[in-house]
Amino acid sequence: MNNELIVTSSPHVRSQDSVKKIMWSVVLALLPAVFAAVYFFKARALSVVLTAVVGAVLTEYIFQKIRKKKITIEDGSAVVTGLLLALTLPPSIPLWTAFFGSVVAIGLGKQVFGGIGQNPFNPALVGRAFLTAAYPVLMTTWTVDGVSTATPLSQMKMDGIATDTWNLFVGQIAGSLGETSALALLLGFAYLLYKGYVNWRIPLAMIGTVFIGTFVFGADPIFHIFGGGLMIGALFMATDMVSSPTTKAGRWIFGIGAGFLVVIIRLWGGYPEGVMYSILLMNTAVPLIDRYTRPRSLGEVK
Amino acid sequence: MKALTFKQGIHPEYNKDLTKDKPLKNAKRPEEVIIPIQQHIGAPLKTLVKKGDQVDLGQKIADGDSFVCAPIHASVSGTVKDIRKVTDPGGNVVEAVVIEAAEEDTLNSGLEKHDNLDGLDVDEIRHIIREAGIVGMGGAMFPTHVKVSVPDDKNVDYVILNGAECEPYLTVDHRVMVERPKSIIFGLKALMKASNAPKGIIGIEDNKPEAIESMRDAAKNDDNIEVQALETKYPQGGEKMLIEALISREVPAGGLPLDVGVVVNNTSTAAAVADAIRDGKPLYERSISITGRGINSPQNLIYRVGTTIGELIEQAGGLKENAAKVITGGPMMGVAQKKFDVPAVKGTSGILVLIKDEVENFEPSPCISCAKCVDACPMFLMPTQLVDYAKHEMVEELEEWQVLSCIECGSCSFVCPAKIPLVHHLRLGKAQVMAKKREEN
Repeated sequence: MNNELIVTSSPHVRSQDSVKKIMWSVVLALLPAVFAAVYFFKARALSVVLTAVVGAVLTEYIFQKIRKKKITIEDGSAVVTGLLLALTLPPSIPLWTAFFGSVVAIGLGKQVFGGIGQNPFNPALVGRAFLTAAYPVLMTTWTVDGVSTATPLSQMKMDGIATDTWNLFVGQIAGSLGETSALALLLGFAYLLYKGYVNWRIPLAMIGTVFIGTFVFGADPIFHIFGGGLMIGALFMATDMVSSPTTKAGRWIFGIGAGFLVVIIRLWGGYPEGVMYSILLMNTAVPLIDRYTRPRSLGEVK
Repeated sequence: MKALTFKQGIHPEYNKDLTKDKPLKNAKRPEEVIIPIQQHIGAPLKTLVKKGDQVDLGQKIADGDSFVCAPIHASVSGTVKDIRKVTDPGGNVVEAVVIEAAEEDTLNSGLEKHDNLDGLDVDEIRHIIREAGIVGMGGAMFPTHVKVSVPDDKNVDYVILNGAECEPYLTVDHRVMVERPKSIIFGLKALMKASNAPKGIIGIEDNKPEAIESMRDAAKNDDNIEVQALETKYPQGGEKMLIEALISREVPAGGLPLDVGVVVNNTSTAAAVADAIRDGKPLYERSISITGRGINSPQNLIYRVGTTIGELIEQAGGLKENAAKVITGGPMMGVAQKKFDVPAVKGTSGILVLIKDEVENFEPSPCISCAKCVDACPMFLMPTQLVDYAKHEMVEELEEWQVLSCIECGSCSFVCPAKIPLVHHLRLGKAQVMAKKREEN
């Protein structure tokens, strides 16, 4: 019997959470947005989503195979990246482009840094940034019911046309697959919040800053928080655990910083939308933010 | 009254139902005891007996000249059969006195009995506590007389008794509070007198309503003693968490509760103080929970110090077929044992046996910076960062990021979804800093 006893250091019990559980919960939380996309953009949306997910998982698999690492595609993290990328793409995007975006997201956004946990940027946004730079026309062609149209943000920016708030909220508008329905995104986010798998400080700070910022500078704040990619960006991308701060104060700073950049880009920049670059820029500051927001430990004398 | 608590922390499954309603009963008197001659934090002792000596129950068998030490007493009457090296529950190899028990016990401790504290002055109480070999029974085994010997330049206004028992599974303090509340109050008064503290507080987690009620009833005539309910949250029984929760004071890093006017003791320690003063009984026996799903008949026993954990497990019905891990103490901070001939000592408050299903599946994966550990740490440290520094032996950073404040409660490892043994790395980090400090001196 003696030899059979297991000896390890304490603690001897662990919580039931696992990385796999967290990632698959995020997948589940993104499903309402996927359903909304399919509802508004029909089968086309589904093919984009599936292509991006397959592209991401396949890329992860091939990289791990080449690097002779343990294959971890079942942990769900590549599925999350594929899903998130797909939700930032216009429904009319050619499928090969979506696939290519996923390859870049996982390849350049994640695996070159060493895989899960090592990426300084949100991989899905790296993929999207690449596509935006490489295929600007494909990435800004929006069709609703077969008719080409502009997104509410560019209508506002270029022509000063506002969109009905209710349509913005439920998603009856032109835009990327997942940025249209704020309702579906909030539903998924609420689920993650309930599970304790997401922090609320970053989205609150980011959306709050955009609201206040656009209001102060005379724009319509409601329009700005529900229009464009702010919801999906703030709720699901800025909150990416790996590429966001670990301290409470850091999360506030990160969210406020990203929100501030969104306001600047949207109101004065050349692009109608600024969520992607705002988050990517703030990603670069995360190590610094963590460093300067270390909480005072209990009893610490400075 | 609202239950008080500290900030952050975790909520493990408590599993106290296995033993919480099992009254304390005496374990079978062992035929042989193996008593380690180092059962405290502090200076080493000298063994006072030799092979072949006859000893009485409660007779001192080891003592030291240093202030920070606590003597050891025979836990049975009998013959010293051997003096040899053994492994204690902490994994240290120490000298031990092996006593073969005689037919009957004769208590012969040399301690006088006192019905009340009126005739005793501060020094006399401290002396009794020392002579009775009383140490912190929550597990740390720091000599109690040292704790209450408040230096002249310090003022203590509270003696806090720790009845939180925040470790899952364990129900010893709970049973002692339910069954011996008057002894605990007597011991608390002695500790208050010994440290010149005007007030006493007993903090108990609110998952033990019976204990709270029992202690409140026993303390109802004492205006200077308060029984306070605490939120059930781990590590509520950590000294610093307890002080923060009860009186909102922060023990400075590297300092002692004494620095904020507090002395903290375990409730079972207080009961042992009462036994020493009233019955002249040194600390040679204590209560323990023998529990877990790998134990046939979980229960709370009173055992003689030096009884092997194997013998105690036998008395709780033995191990189940699928038992896989034997731990002395609780699941969060206890020590996994490799052998059954390890003697239980003054600080052993539990034997926990986990089954196969409960210990598998801890294969670590890469950190995803979820910060669950940062949000759990009751000391407000950043385990993610510290682990990185420890792995790369970045001693300066470790020190700057306060690794020495880590109380090794295990909350970070518990919550980690990647199953990284964070606290293990933090211990290594602490060792690196300590090694550097020693080098500098």
